[in-house]
Amino acid sequence: MFELQKVEKKFPGVHALKGIDFTIKRGEIVGLVGENGAGKSTLMKVIYGAYQHDGGQVLVDGRAVRFHNPRQAMDMGVGMVFQEQSLIPNLTVMENIFLGFEQQFVRLGVVNWRKMATAARQQLDKVKLSIDPAMVTSKLSFAQRQLVELAKVLTLEERVQGDLVILLDEPTSVLAKEEIELLFSLVRDLRNRASFIFVSHRLDEVIELSDRIYVMKDGSVVDVVDGKDADVASIQHKMVGRNISKEYYREEKQKPFDAAKPLLEVHGISLAGRYKDISLKLHAGEVLCLVGVEGSGREAILRTIFGLQKPHLGHVTLKGRRVETFSAAHGVECGVGYVPRERKVEGMVGGMTVYENMTLSQMRNYSNAGVLEIGREKELARDWIKRLSIKASSENVDCANLSGGNQQKVVLAKWRSGGSDIILLDHPTRGLDIGAKEDVYDMVRDMCGAGVGIILVADTLEEAIGLSHTIAVIRDGEIRKWYDCPPGGKPSLYDLIHYMT
Amino acid sequence: MDNLLTRDNLQKWAPLLVLFALVLFFSVANPNFLSMRNFARISILATPSLMIGIGVTFIILMGSIDLSMEGAVAVCAVLFATMFTALGGSLAGWGWLAVVGALFVGALFGLINGLVHVGLKIPSFMASLSMGFVGIGLSLLITGGDRIRVEDPLFRSLLTYRLGGFPLMVYVALAALLIAGFIQGRTKIGRNFYAVGGGEDLAHASGLNVARVRVIGFAIAGVFYALGAMLAVAQIGIAETVTGRNLMFVSITSVVVGGTALWGGAGGVWNTLVGVLIVNVIGNGMVVMGLPSYVQDGVLGLLVIIAVYLSTDRRSLSFVK
Repeated sequence: MFELQKVEKKFPGVHALKGIDFTIKRGEIVGLVGENGAGKSTLMKVIYGAYQHDGGQVLVDGRAVRFHNPRQAMDMGVGMVFQEQSLIPNLTVMENIFLGFEQQFVRLGVVNWRKMATAARQQLDKVKLSIDPAMVTSKLSFAQRQLVELAKVLTLEERVQGDLVILLDEPTSVLAKEEIELLFSLVRDLRNRASFIFVSHRLDEVIELSDRIYVMKDGSVVDVVDGKDADVASIQHKMVGRNISKEYYREEKQKPFDAAKPLLEVHGISLAGRYKDISLKLHAGEVLCLVGVEGSGREAILRTIFGLQKPHLGHVTLKGRRVETFSAAHGVECGVGYVPRERKVEGMVGGMTVYENMTLSQMRNYSNAGVLEIGREKELARDWIKRLSIKASSENVDCANLSGGNQQKVVLAKWRSGGSDIILLDHPTRGLDIGAKEDVYDMVRDMCGAGVGIILVADTLEEAIGLSHTIAVIRDGEIRKWYDCPPGGKPSLYDLIHYMT
Repeated sequence: MDNLLTRDNLQKWAPLLVLFALVLFFSVANPNFLSMRNFARISILATPSLMIGIGVTFIILMGSIDLSMEGAVAVCAVLFATMFTALGGSLAGWGWLAVVGALFVGALFGLINGLVHVGLKIPSFMASLSMGFVGIGLSLLITGGDRIRVEDPLFRSLLTYRLGGFPLMVYVALAALLIAGFIQGRTKIGRNFYAVGGGEDLAHASGLNVARVRVIGFAIAGVFYALGAMLAVAQIGIAETVTGRNLMFVSITSVVVGGTALWGGAGGVWNTLVGVLIVNVIGNGMVVMGLPSYVQDGVLGLLVIIAVYLSTDRRSLSFVK
């Protein structure tokens, strides 16, 4: 009843979906799995109308359709239960359920709240949730909110003629074990009303719930597995299954790190809801990679090490001195440099020039009594433009006009030129083309050669394996497994994914 | 040179082009507009609002807003006149101390403003609006509603003594503009204003003390408000609670019309100079053409809407609060 035929989606520089064929029958529960970046979320967005496909066809009951926005998809019976809770916390449950569809309760411009409450209760009954619809949403538990979201999507039943397709995006990530079972039995009960697409990193859950499982890799569906025959190991193999080139990650340049020189020690830090009992050591010349699925706590650990967030328990030692004040300023002072994932948001000030961005974290060294020594700033910038072969016509150009790879180089130059020797890299190659990626890998090796320690959250698992000396696999905020990765003795993708999911 | 007409260039030079077009238009409409005397008149009217405009430019560059200028000007003007009179009432004697004192008062006022905003985490528009009312009330308390006359001929020579056709106060304002330009382009704090306005998270992640930058910004703005207050007193020889009247609208209009982005990070005091001139040329030109003065406010209001509309890259903004 809902079908994708050879669906294509391209973004500048990325071929996100390559000829996807996907069908879901009435009352079926279909699983969708794949690594980060395999194209799952793009596919979901095409299905619920947030993106438009550029090739192939989307068919509903055999008719080709094109959703220009999620609202149109909803009108055709396709609804999305969001991973990030999409309920508005300061509105009541019933207002959230009927958000955007209040018109049915309006007479002469006035909302009939009683009528809305009755209708809301009817929806909540479908998900077996007995709460007062007039309750403010922020008072609900995460599990209850998840059910309200489901109830909200189920309102499509009354509004739409045909059958429903409901997408569940990581619905279990914030739920406890009993709550998950509740949700699953609910979903099974609801299959006479709707078909479900279930997306999750937790393979055992996907296998338990799904009739069929689509396995995605690099923007394609690599296999469709029957739910009854599926087992975790074989799916993991299918999610991975590819070879890596050693040269690509500059493995020949990987030198052993200096184990006698610890730069950073983390002792049993915990932050409620983010990570738990994390201990690690970073040495001069070492690349330590934190591997885990999205939301496993990797970013939060980086933010704590940089000083943006104080842990509830445990402590951090930088160059032998225990950190007492957690602030970015202190982190910078101790030689920690942070290259966040979103260059646009946290990495670069667009509108500022190359040299202004480079000295932003070290203006103290380039000013005298508050007056900037712009000549010296420019000299520094020219020097680093040459050293990293940054493609900028001069140090005076606006950083916003540089390509992604060159922006990344400017950010790295900012920290390196200031003498930072602990560099935290969060997805440093995200959105870069291959050439720019290789430049970043070269820089990583060069920095190690200069005695810098790097903590990396890599964009792909291959990248993590190829670049690192040490890998910590993190799942649900805890380190599950350590791997040493000397050249020639690296763990396989499958080893990692086994502990990630 | 082939891409001279880019959107960026257009946005950068549009205010100056508008200024020239306005001068041309009013000159054609009434030849009296294009006279030395009229230009001097425009510049006299423009000086106080230029000072206030410069002050608030720094705040807007950081992506905040300051609405306290009318109160700040009232307090600075009244305290300046009080101190000036108490110190003998002459710039030749100890009166100059009052100038220093007024600048200090302005800085203190701005400092408190900034601390209220940053320390109590009150949005800048609300913190500064409230501080503005506090200032108005304070100045009323000091004067009891009376006017304080400042008749020292040496002080008034700011208005009366002319050099090359323009009164002394215009040169004082230009000197202040140069200082502001120096702060903006050559100092650490100036760079910090742009960094905070361009990307506060990034500035923070680069180890900048954003809270401190904000507080210092408000204090510097306060100093320029004090300067503006004294020039306003020099203009009419009277300090009173209403000395600051209308300066909020005129100064913010000038900053925006000059092309400084309301969400921070782009623009600067040179834009504000152009903006102040645009606003004052329109005001003066309409008087010269014989249009009633109340039409000006309406025209200025429309101008702000047009300026913000033209300077906004709406593709990058999904929602406006």
